[in-house]
Amino acid sequence: MKVSYYPGCSLHGTAKEYDQSVRSVSRALGIELEEIEDWSCCGASSAHNTNFKLSIALPARDLIAAEKKAQDVMVPCAACFNRFKTAEHHLCHDPALKAEVEEIVGGRYQGSVAVRNPIDIIANDIGLEVLSAKVVKKLAGLKPVSYYGCLLLRPPEVCRFDDAENPVLLDRILTALGAEARPWSFKTDCCGGSLTISKTAIVTKMVDKLMAMACEAGANCLVTACPVCTANLDMRASGGAGLPVFYFTELAALAMGQEGPEGWFRLHRTDPRPLLQGLGLL
Amino acid sequence: MKTFLEEVNEKINGVPIQRCYHCRKCSAGCPMTSAMEHNPNQVIKMIQLGRRDAVLNSATIWLCVSCETCITRCPNEVDIARMMDVLREMAIGTGVGAKEKNILKFHEAFLANIRMGGRINEPSMMVHYKLKSGDLFSDMAMGIDMFMKGKLSLVSPRTKDMGNVRRIFEKTRQS
Repeated sequence: MKVSYYPGCSLHGTAKEYDQSVRSVSRALGIELEEIEDWSCCGASSAHNTNFKLSIALPARDLIAAEKKAQDVMVPCAACFNRFKTAEHHLCHDPALKAEVEEIVGGRYQGSVAVRNPIDIIANDIGLEVLSAKVVKKLAGLKPVSYYGCLLLRPPEVCRFDDAENPVLLDRILTALGAEARPWSFKTDCCGGSLTISKTAIVTKMVDKLMAMACEAGANCLVTACPVCTANLDMRASGGAGLPVFYFTELAALAMGQEGPEGWFRLHRTDPRPLLQGLGLL
Repeated sequence: MKTFLEEVNEKINGVPIQRCYHCRKCSAGCPMTSAMEHNPNQVIKMIQLGRRDAVLNSATIWLCVSCETCITRCPNEVDIARMMDVLREMAIGTGVGAKEKNILKFHEAFLANIRMGGRINEPSMMVHYKLKSGDLFSDMAMGIDMFMKGKLSLVSPRTKDMGNVRRIFEKTRQS
């Protein structure tokens, strides 16, 4: 299948291992990515915190650009995904706002392309059987907890693709990779998001709680699909005592025996290599 | 003259917040209540009581991290996350400013970075925030570590049609 691709700003910066692993895994699964032409930032939390119209107009610019191709749009970053889905929701339900935003952006929005997260595309379009058939190195001994955070699934009537309180697709993907996903109750708890810069102490407290609960669930790592969640979990645990954190696509690439994972793991603050070497996975 | 409640409801443009019957599901699920001076359902009551200054001057509206747990669980579909956005916009628009100054400074640095290049360049955005906030030295060791690992790109691709991006900022500017 062919999809339009919106990497977003983080995937060109601190989350480059997410970008590279999404591209690598997509290639192996037969998903062809076409980057949206001349995309711009979605505005993330800063736009909607201070200026509603700007928070709709910025993703609308990208959606309109994506509509030149009649194909789904893959948005791996949870924050971008949420802003795209929210903009789509408002543009489809508020004709007056839509007209105003079209004038601001200078283009017509048709509502013709679907915004999708790679978890959704891999689990539902490609299928877990296909994924599992590509696995050459089962992730035996790896006990991850799935961590969705806030922005992939809330609010449910906007994001839709998995259960908002107890989502299961990421667990199923990890199981297909041969890992032993651990059940826990904190899949959609908050990591503190962008307050990590301006209110670090609060975020450290939130991350410490998530780490403690992951340990209690018997996990040896956490798995995410969000650059902000990953940054907070990987860098904000007090005393650097956190468990390793992976993007789910990094683990998929590792299980599929692809080139690249070791270089990506080097970029993590909490080095996951000792864990993987101990399990004979690296 | 409109009441504070009417003003907030008009800006939310959805379910009127007085539908809240204070079951406190929002406050029970909110990850930020321990840092807030008012719980989310209390903010609704304060708006109904017309306590404009107390609400717009609170740290609460800035500490809301927009996780949207409240709107997901509200039995009456009151969009508290959107309400917090509206209150922040009102605090800025009426000149009250932000009780949590650095949170607003972060948002300003973030948006200024988009306005400059169409996309966020993380290192330059952080330098801008640090200069604005005066919080120069926190996370310095972490930043150096990230730079050494090659995680920070000092130069990153920009949007080409910057005229279009700037026009969006111009046309959405709040008077």
